Amino acid sequence: MPLDMELLVQLILLPPLFMAAFSGMMGLFAPAWRKNEWLIGGLALAAVAVPFGATVALFLGFSGEAHVVSYFTWLRAGDLQVDFAYRVDQLSLIMTLIVTGVGSLIHLYSIGYMHDDAGFWRFFPYLNLFIFAMLNLVLAENLVVLFLGWEGVGLCSYLLIGYWYTDLKNSAAANKAFIVNRVGDFAFLVAMFLVFKTVTAGIAGPFGLDFTTMLSAPGLALMTGSVAFWAVLLMFIGATGKSAQIPLFVWLPDAMAGPTPVSALIHAATMVTSGLYLLARMSPLVLQAPTVMAIIAVVGTLTAVMAATVAITQNDIKKVLAYSTVSQLGYMFLATGVGAFYVAIFHVMTHAFFKACLFLGSGSVIHSMHHIEHDLEHKGLIPSSHGHDAADTPLDSEAHQNPLRTNPLPYDGPFDAQDMRTMGGLKKGMPITRVTFLVSTLAIAGIAPLSGFFSKDEILYRTFLAGTSPEGNVGYMVLWVVGLITAFLTAVYMTRAYLLTFEGESRWPGAHSVHAHESPWTMTLPLVVLAVLAAVAGFIGLPAVLGPNWLHGWLVGHGEHAGPVADYFFNHEISHATEWGLLALGLGVAVAGVALAWVGLGYGRRGPVADAKMKRGLGWIYAAASRKWGWDEAYDAAIVNPVIEGSRRGLAPFDQNVVDGGVKGLVRGFRLTSLGMKRLQTGFVQQYALALVLGVVFVMAVLLFG
Amino acid sequence: MDLSWYLSLSAVLFTIGVLGVLLRRNVIVVFLSIELMLNAVNLSLIAFSQSFGDVDGQILVFFVMSVAAAEAAVGLAIVIALFRNTLSVNVDEVSLFRG
Repeated sequence: MPLDMELLVQLILLPPLFMAAFSGMMGLFAPAWRKNEWLIGGLALAAVAVPFGATVALFLGFSGEAHVVSYFTWLRAGDLQVDFAYRVDQLSLIMTLIVTGVGSLIHLYSIGYMHDDAGFWRFFPYLNLFIFAMLNLVLAENLVVLFLGWEGVGLCSYLLIGYWYTDLKNSAAANKAFIVNRVGDFAFLVAMFLVFKTVTAGIAGPFGLDFTTMLSAPGLALMTGSVAFWAVLLMFIGATGKSAQIPLFVWLPDAMAGPTPVSALIHAATMVTSGLYLLARMSPLVLQAPTVMAIIAVVGTLTAVMAATVAITQNDIKKVLAYSTVSQLGYMFLATGVGAFYVAIFHVMTHAFFKACLFLGSGSVIHSMHHIEHDLEHKGLIPSSHGHDAADTPLDSEAHQNPLRTNPLPYDGPFDAQDMRTMGGLKKGMPITRVTFLVSTLAIAGIAPLSGFFSKDEILYRTFLAGTSPEGNVGYMVLWVVGLITAFLTAVYMTRAYLLTFEGESRWPGAHSVHAHESPWTMTLPLVVLAVLAAVAGFIGLPAVLGPNWLHGWLVGHGEHAGPVADYFFNHEISHATEWGLLALGLGVAVAGVALAWVGLGYGRRGPVADAKMKRGLGWIYAAASRKWGWDEAYDAAIVNPVIEGSRRGLAPFDQNVVDGGVKGLVRGFRLTSLGMKRLQTGFVQQYALALVLGVVFVMAVLLFG
Repeated sequence: MDLSWYLSLSAVLFTIGVLGVLLRRNVIVVFLSIELMLNAVNLSLIAFSQSFGDVDGQILVFFVMSVAAAEAAVGLAIVIALFRNTLSVNVDEVSLFRG
């Protein structure tokens, strides 16, 4: 039975939009609505589950032909004609499955996680709106609708990072994310203008930046040489903003200020991969700009290794995962840079599973730590955080001067539910969270046969090919080695995070009397599903020596069954032995990393003390990494402070003297005029009547004699 | 009879009305002067109507008369309100709207 494409695409796009509007309006205007947590959460979940069902139907019934559904014309001006058109093909289906599938699980999780939050009614409309924007992004048939989604997810990201807006830190993080993304978005816009200008000059008739025209043979023939270079470079700069690459990645670690489900959905699984999606969608064009591809590969690799070193030094569990996300995104860009676009999408998918699982697991841990904090405050083992915050205590106060001050926590400052130094031994109370976290940790570390092993190995394999092939460049070998080092670091920091959280002794004060408890089923069920996916998803992209690669056939295909994603395969024969060797090497590096953290450094037995050994071993690298390589300071020095200073010195006086002066001068002018004019209004009616008569006489005189 | 006689009378009456409004201080006289102006216009309308054999002017006069009646009611109400507040009917003593 042929599928009704138009209806199914509507079923994918409209429920989240409708529910965001409906639920948001109800919450805004009917305060009684806000109490119905299960109703709000359930409806929001349904608004994502229905699109998921529709996507599965499209996926199962997919004929192999890309299908464009066009609803109506959005803009028309001259040669520009932009339609609200959506494209159903292999690439958009995979992305839609990820967005709606992982999105549904995270909606379910949020019902448990956001329980009793004052803004519960606000949270779900934001999430639904995000899903709608993200679906626009991945299903769009032209760059303009894609940009609509691109900006929409940026807006929702902003709203959700600053969700707990009463804390100024969170609002600042939200602003940072929005402003940094703006830089990338500007580049993306310029790329769109360039593509439009180039293509309209070469074809007849209206053009709406649609992929069908742009990526057809005549369209691609128009964009070569420097046009391709600039278009792809600008798109890549746009992608560095959204997908958190050097130099625009600085917003992502700060974005962890949002609720944890948001970090899992937006800042790990979906939104941050949209840059990769863009490049994969434009892959035939990207292949025409080999210089930019080399830049992409280098930037991706540098980001990967830089973020991985930072992740080792972090104590906040969400910060570890945030830098890990930046690092894994770097991997995906490396894949894009060596022409293996489908591998990037493969890693996008496996990463969505294991990183969402890790984030949700950390959320479960934080949830539990908040209960522990509450119990500790109740028993008086730590000072109450309400009203009196340790950070507010002046430095010279008694608490700071007293040398016998007994802070029961292993660090200065108030109890922090996200600090791994207070955790430890959580496996006793939280078995499900622990097992799922462990599976995902091993998956991201690259232990076979979990999903991360296959996707990461494929990236390294393709980089190796680019480095050894006669068409390639030996420089790629450097990237390959750095990629291997990053894989090793990944295994180390993720194992460290797991061990500090779940193994060893519990390090919060009074651990013998206050215990951790597992989260409710709404939170553990998504964890289990994601952990299973993180374990098995790798089998759809098996390496050549092990079996058929389904994902390659689906996205790239060949001959008549060519998919939407281009693939540049460095033509190079390597022996099966070498391929097996590379697989073994990848696995060996991962095992070595896990073993180093587990056995060598002993994070499980010794807890955070084991950091000292790492600090000695890495030397200045550790010092630099723990300062996050000074990116924020550099931006402060180069941009933020000059702007603030410039505003204070230049713009503030301009505003006060010129702008305010102009307005005040205008006011003074009017006041003087009215002082004169008010003399005319004497209040004597007969004078007004005289003026009237004189006016009539004057008009009559003009009419008669004029 | 010649139209100019009527128009002359009308003009004279109207001028008297105007001067009354402008020069007299007693608010009731001012009010009477306004009525005088209205009736001067009515006279010229009737004269034209009769002269041209067209009833439009006469119809218009009925409108003017009914509006004048309404205006007389409102105007007298204002005069009474004024007198209650100031115990005077001198317009020079009323200049509340001076700027």
